[in-house]
Amino acid sequence: MLQAGDWAYSETLKEHFMNPKNILQGENTDEFDGVGMEGNLQCGDQMMVVIKVDKEKGVIQDCQWKTYGCASAIASTSILSEMVKGRTLDQAFNISPKEVAQALGGLPDHKIHCSVLGDKALRAAINNYYTRNGQEDKVKQEQAKVICQCMSITDHDIEDAVLEGARTYFELQERTKLGTVCGQCKDEAELLLEKFKHIHFGV
Amino acid sequence: MADMKVYFDNNATTPLHPEVKKEMIAAMEMFGNPSSMHAYGREARANVENARRKVAEFIGASEKEIIFVGSGSEANNTVLSLFVCGSSQCIPGSKSRSSIITTKIEHPCVLETSECLGHRGVRVRYLDVDQYGKVDLDQLAGMLGSDVGLVSIMMANNEIGTLQDIETIAKMVHESGALMHTDAVQAVGKVPVDVRKLGVDFLTMSAHKIYGPKGVGALFVRKGVPYCPLIRGGHQELGRRAGTENTLGILGLGKAVEMRALEMPYEEERLLDLKHILRNGIEESIDDIHFNGHPTDALASTLNVSFSGVEGEAILLYLDIEGIAVSTGSACASGSLDPSHVLLATGVNAELAHGSIRFSMGRESSREEVDYLLDVLPRIIQRIRNMSTAYIKGGMHAASR
Repeated sequence: MLQAGDWAYSETLKEHFMNPKNILQGENTDEFDGVGMEGNLQCGDQMMVVIKVDKEKGVIQDCQWKTYGCASAIASTSILSEMVKGRTLDQAFNISPKEVAQALGGLPDHKIHCSVLGDKALRAAINNYYTRNGQEDKVKQEQAKVICQCMSITDHDIEDAVLEGARTYFELQERTKLGTVCGQCKDEAELLLEKFKHIHFGV
Repeated sequence: MADMKVYFDNNATTPLHPEVKKEMIAAMEMFGNPSSMHAYGREARANVENARRKVAEFIGASEKEIIFVGSGSEANNTVLSLFVCGSSQCIPGSKSRSSIITTKIEHPCVLETSECLGHRGVRVRYLDVDQYGKVDLDQLAGMLGSDVGLVSIMMANNEIGTLQDIETIAKMVHESGALMHTDAVQAVGKVPVDVRKLGVDFLTMSAHKIYGPKGVGALFVRKGVPYCPLIRGGHQELGRRAGTENTLGILGLGKAVEMRALEMPYEEERLLDLKHILRNGIEESIDDIHFNGHPTDALASTLNVSFSGVEGEAILLYLDIEGIAVSTGSACASGSLDPSHVLLATGVNAELAHGSIRFSMGRESSREEVDYLLDVLPRIIQRIRNMSTAYIKGGMHAASR
């Protein structure tokens, strides 16, 4: 008879869940150079990332965080905070959720969405740093606009789904999982669906 | 590793009762097909019928009213699917009664089957529940009418433990001319269940929630009530459920209810005491919590608590590391993306549903285990809250600190 594994996910994930690195202690973020927060409690995930920056080199010296979320969410923010230290702001800005998931030793499909907020919060923190330091010109707006916060689905994703055949809100949800958590984005997503259908297919 | 092993997930499933295990091991050599006329078959038949007697007696039914099935889900599917037949010509006289009423807090096997029936032309309506998970009887009265064929309402809720007044509901349902089904999977063997007193036409029960084996359940169908099998093609169970009987499982179910009849009467008070200690202990040591379910009309074994600013899967996994098994209504632990439909139906907000933990005790649960949990839990909640965005400056619950 097989015995149970002693853990539900990968060993790396376990380590970062059991002993999370770089948790922000207390409430004070004043000593940090950039602060970013994404997500909300109703969706089940919220992450805050704070950074200290070596201003001459443009390198992240320290990264701390708070996370409201499941084991995968906690572990992915923890490992992200380790990954970004010593990276330039540009390098850090380009870290993708996929890299985070890989560093964790992989995540089950239904857990991918738990790890997408950490890198977003990091980008928000970097932009916040630029803003505070009079470098607004460097603030990188996300090219795409996030429509569904819960599943991190952008207007670009919606356009792609329409191009691939989605014609109804239900089909859009089937392809993107948009609006399947809190549902607050439904109206906006439906407008975009109609817009892209009109642009590309004239319907 | 953890010093203690605590299993507080008895509403998910239960360990075999030692007596059930003993009887099943002793019967392991019994392989005959109950339909065979020879000695092997007669031995199997005798044991299946013996189990049927025990189950019937336990819920106050007669033997012919008991159909052995593969699970509670199968029993619930069978009853609901009857009404596709009810709306055609299989069951004479019921064509005009093609609507179903159920509740928003049923088990998914009822909700999803209902949804499917909706696609097949059956009109399904869902009753609301109040903040404690009790169905609204006035709303039910308003829905009942000459178009309703079946009302299906669970007796005890698996997540929050709330008990419904099935006896009163069945009277209302019968006065309107409809049939009454109750999913009593979480109730049978935990609270007294007598099908005549309840007045139900169909009742679902399962073995593995009451220290019996998995893969076997029973469906009570009152004599004279129209019926149509879900699984066809055999004369087993008087033609009401095809497929060679799960003889060992059925024997285990029979022993399980026998043991329940002996132990249940002495258990409730002990479990209520434990729940009281657990509830008070949590209330005294942890702030920002919300108890879910009915304070009194609920299973003695079940306590459901929401912890603000904390996600349930994280609690579950930290407790697991400490050797304590519980379950959560969080989306993250279920593989779906929505938190518990039961908690949302009681009006609890999504955050509290994500942060809910169900403790379900059983016959083996002890004071020592509750004390151990109360020792471990506050530290875990504190630890998770320390890393949660909910309690930072400007966070959702910052003001409460």
